[in-house]
Amino acid sequence: MEPRHWGVLLLCLLLGACDPSPPPPAGFAGLGQDAAAFATVVRGQPLQFPRDHGAHAGYRIEWWYVTANLRDAQGRDWGAQWTLFRSALRPGAEQPGWASPAVWLGHAALSGPFGHQFSETLARGGVGQADVQAQPFKAWIDDWSLQAVGGQGIEQLQMRAGGKGFSYDLQLSSQQPLVLQGDQGYSEKSGQGQASYYYSQPFYAVRGEVQHEGRRVEVTGNAWLDREWSSQPLAPDQHGWDWFSLHLDNGTRLMLFQVRQADAQPYRAGTWIAADGSSTALNGAQIVLEPLARTQLVDGPQVPTRWRVQVPDRQLDIEVDALVPQAWMGTRFPYWEGPVKVQGSTAGRGYLEMTGYSR
Amino acid sequence: MIGLCLQALLSHWRRHPLQCASILTGLWLATTLWAGVQALNQQARADYARANALLTGAAQAQVSPRHGERFDQHAYIQLRRAGWPVSPVLEGRLRFAGAEPVSVKLLGIEPLSLPPGSAIAGQAAQRIDPAAFIGPPGQAWIAPDTLQRLGLAPGAEPLSGDGQRLPPLQVQAQLAPGVMVVDIGQAQRLLQAPQQLSRLLIPAGYTPPALPEGLNELLVVQAASDTDDLQRLTESFHLNLTALGLLAFLVGLFIVHAAIGLALEQRRSLLRTLRACGVSVRALVTALAIELGLFALLAGLAGVACGYLLASLLLGDVAASLRGLYGAQVAGHLSLPLHWWLSGLAISLLGAALAGAGSLLRAARLPLLALAQPQAWRQAQGRWLRRQALLALLLLAVALGCWRWGASLPAAFTLLAALLLGAALMLPLLLDGALALLQRLCHRPLAQWFVADSRQQLPALALALMALLLALAASVGVGSMTSGFRQTFLGWLDQRLSAELYVTPHDTAQGLAIAAWLPTQPGVRAVLAQWRTEVRVGGAPVQVQGVIDHPAYAQHWPLLEQRSEAWRQLASGAGAMLSEQLARRLALGLGDRLSLPGAAPLDVVAVYADYGNPRGQVLVNADWLRRTWPEATLNTLNLRVAGEQVATLKAALQQRYALDGTRLVDQRTLRRWSVEVFERTFAATAALNSLTLGVAGVALLISLLTLGQSRLGQLAPLWALGVRRQHLAWLSLGQTLLLASLTVLLAIPLGLLLAWCLVAVVNVQAFGWRLPLQVFPGQLLQLALLGLFTTLLAAAGPLWQLARRQPAELLRHYADGT
Repeated sequence: MEPRHWGVLLLCLLLGACDPSPPPPAGFAGLGQDAAAFATVVRGQPLQFPRDHGAHAGYRIEWWYVTANLRDAQGRDWGAQWTLFRSALRPGAEQPGWASPAVWLGHAALSGPFGHQFSETLARGGVGQADVQAQPFKAWIDDWSLQAVGGQGIEQLQMRAGGKGFSYDLQLSSQQPLVLQGDQGYSEKSGQGQASYYYSQPFYAVRGEVQHEGRRVEVTGNAWLDREWSSQPLAPDQHGWDWFSLHLDNGTRLMLFQVRQADAQPYRAGTWIAADGSSTALNGAQIVLEPLARTQLVDGPQVPTRWRVQVPDRQLDIEVDALVPQAWMGTRFPYWEGPVKVQGSTAGRGYLEMTGYSR
Repeated sequence: MIGLCLQALLSHWRRHPLQCASILTGLWLATTLWAGVQALNQQARADYARANALLTGAAQAQVSPRHGERFDQHAYIQLRRAGWPVSPVLEGRLRFAGAEPVSVKLLGIEPLSLPPGSAIAGQAAQRIDPAAFIGPPGQAWIAPDTLQRLGLAPGAEPLSGDGQRLPPLQVQAQLAPGVMVVDIGQAQRLLQAPQQLSRLLIPAGYTPPALPEGLNELLVVQAASDTDDLQRLTESFHLNLTALGLLAFLVGLFIVHAAIGLALEQRRSLLRTLRACGVSVRALVTALAIELGLFALLAGLAGVACGYLLASLLLGDVAASLRGLYGAQVAGHLSLPLHWWLSGLAISLLGAALAGAGSLLRAARLPLLALAQPQAWRQAQGRWLRRQALLALLLLAVALGCWRWGASLPAAFTLLAALLLGAALMLPLLLDGALALLQRLCHRPLAQWFVADSRQQLPALALALMALLLALAASVGVGSMTSGFRQTFLGWLDQRLSAELYVTPHDTAQGLAIAAWLPTQPGVRAVLAQWRTEVRVGGAPVQVQGVIDHPAYAQHWPLLEQRSEAWRQLASGAGAMLSEQLARRLALGLGDRLSLPGAAPLDVVAVYADYGNPRGQVLVNADWLRRTWPEATLNTLNLRVAGEQVATLKAALQQRYALDGTRLVDQRTLRRWSVEVFERTFAATAALNSLTLGVAGVALLISLLTLGQSRLGQLAPLWALGVRRQHLAWLSLGQTLLLASLTVLLAIPLGLLLAWCLVAVVNVQAFGWRLPLQVFPGQLLQLALLGLFTTLLAAAGPLWQLARRQPAELLRHYADGT
């Protein structure tokens, strides 16, 4: 099980049943039936760029996901999230106009000294309201965009989004190579033979401007891009996960997650990415995750917002603490996502995502 | 105590079942008509609400095209990319071929961008299953009654008149009638409007910035209040129905009042006995009130049930009228809330209370020892008559005031109500005066008795005669108005429908192709292309129709008033002609200047009648229209064709351009459709009207029946003096007919006055057109005879009884009377 696959759940719920209560396992079996008609993910298929920066018609689900940890001149921490999902209502090639099978979903959020604000938008494919093109790279929905600035590929990006009372306009840049997750971008799921294509760019340096209630603030920081596409549905007994993407001060990037399962120990996995971009997979036995403190959300459930994270093999023992404990995404299908600060054997910062917590 | 008292009181009805029946009948009829009319209004209003709630919070601002009805969806994408949270809507009419072509309003929506909190067909936007709704195959939402009207089954995938396959039909109970909701993409395909949108919804709470450069010329942001045309348009129609219902209710109450009053007179001795036995006034009045309440409850239940029945019988016609007149969609079946049933019962109770209040008051004041004095009635009547006359004068003054200074529909109806009531109240006085005059001319004793006794009968019959007067006058008024309108309308239609064949092309391109092809065909004498666009003037939509310069218009387009050279000025692009409705609404007349948004001002050179079009219309030159609004569409082609070539040409057009029966209509069919719409429009009015006349007949019958009983006392002395029974019966019939004839004579001028009020005041306020007042003597004669016949029928029963009275009975009455 790779991180952020809750997105699959979210969109399947949104577009399939449209019922916010958790669906019974049969719902997933139903999805499994016509998954055959969608394009399948196969091992050994090399990723090609810039083609694979664009949308992959024929696959059921795909996303462009950026989280940025930012700091202003006064040393205050901020966080920005930019997410675009594509979901196909049915298998088959892209079609022009309203007949397009694609549906797009955007989430944007800004966290900072003021707290947390978010926005959500939906769009049909085929008419130009939302789309992603590979070259020059441009992803957009309404007035939100993530697009290449000059050059080839995604080395230089401009990231813009906003909602009621907030907006951001950030420039992302990185000369580091892309990190292909799993086996050269073929990323296997836990135990069930499911897989996705998955690559990341966790090394972006960021500068730009965030705006809250009309006040503009110059910021700098780091950002992490995840790209993933697949057609496989979820296992029925997985009801939520906790996902960490951390920028450590020594230049290391660390991705860790656990999937909480109904009748079993949580499934854990991760990737250790050295400062030079070389990555090593971490298995469950190498990871210790322990919630330390919970926060009662004003308009949501109780969630663990302080964690102890250990990777003993790498001499890592840190405490991860939410910058804004109330970073609740009260979207159609709600979840917690916000910036965190890291203290302990090494310092740093990052993003935490938690799904599947109910009131 | 009250129980015993009630028992004693109720025993009266066992001996006088007729009176009992008359009270019940009166209340029953009154409640039936009132509840029926209210049911019609209720249903129609509920359906407007459903139509309005089609996309709610419909109290939403929206972005509309500045000109024309549609715009390119690129504007939508441009606004979304600029951050506007708008949602696209495409509307149009979808036709279905058939023996009688049906069209529904097709509403295309985009479920994902619908503003949060909005609801479609009572379904929250978030609850729509987008995958199923968008499809393929998608869904076409339809209300159960529309499905029935189209004769289709749920899940069917019918073809539209243009041969496009619809998505599977899915029934949505909350959907407005005559509407189908589909995905925007499906709507563009079905309406053959690729990339086209009608409007964009703006979510509540979003304050839009100024439109971006380039879109400002194309689109306009409209506040929510501009869009509620239906309610405004149909208000007058419902006020009309309500007025008719109220009239019928009043007539019904006359019956009740008469019967209750009579029952009280007859029970005076019983009441006196009860009082003498120690029953308190309070107990007595309570018992009487309970008795009245029982009547009201019984009759109310029957009335509400019959009202429902009446409404369901008339609903088809009313729905057709509303569709024909205003394009408003009303379901073909009734579904009424509980409060309608309760309010029906309440109105029955209220009616009984109104009609019986006077009697209860009299019972409460009944002097314990006074004898019943029928003759005292007439003396008391004198005072009452004077008061009544004063009230009548006051009402007539109000009517005059309304006519002089009132300028709204409620004022017009107040005028009608005051006029009718005033005239009704004047009736006894006028009849009394007429009889007094007659009395002076009579010298023979029996003749003198004849007139004097008629005057004596007057108070008891007055209410029934008033009911007859009102019903007859309403019949004359409404009948004259309808017949006059019919004549005007048919004449106008014959003139206006001068072309032999009417073609509605799919779009402008096809229209131009057809127009280019037609002149090569044999028998085509002229091709009159009509261009159209729509603008908003003063918040309401106005059709701008462009016609080419052709002598056929000057020959066949009827004008109400015009300046000299009107058609030449129109052709030059300097003049415009207004439909009567629009001219009245904008208060423009000949020589005034008309300013349309985005156009140079035009001189108003003529005003023409445009019956049955709820929207205002401006006629301009086609070239000028296309220069001013390049997006104007080619709406229809009117073809002048040699008679024998019509069928051939029709077939050729059908084949060459794939035009179905709804897009290719010949003159005869179009005329038939128009007349059908017209006939159905007034069918409900006519039905209600004749029912009212029927109620008045029943009122008269009941009054005469009850009177017959008490009149024996007056007739017995004459018999004793030697007048034969048959002779007496004839005399009595003569008396009744005399009174009825006088009433009918008064009803005719009153009815004509009413007709004048309807065509010159009410129609102008309600529909925006004024019709010439036409008098149809044959119709008047027919109604007068009907009134007399009703009277005759009502009088026959009691007279037959009188003629068959045993001499002994008359003898006993004579003895009692003296």
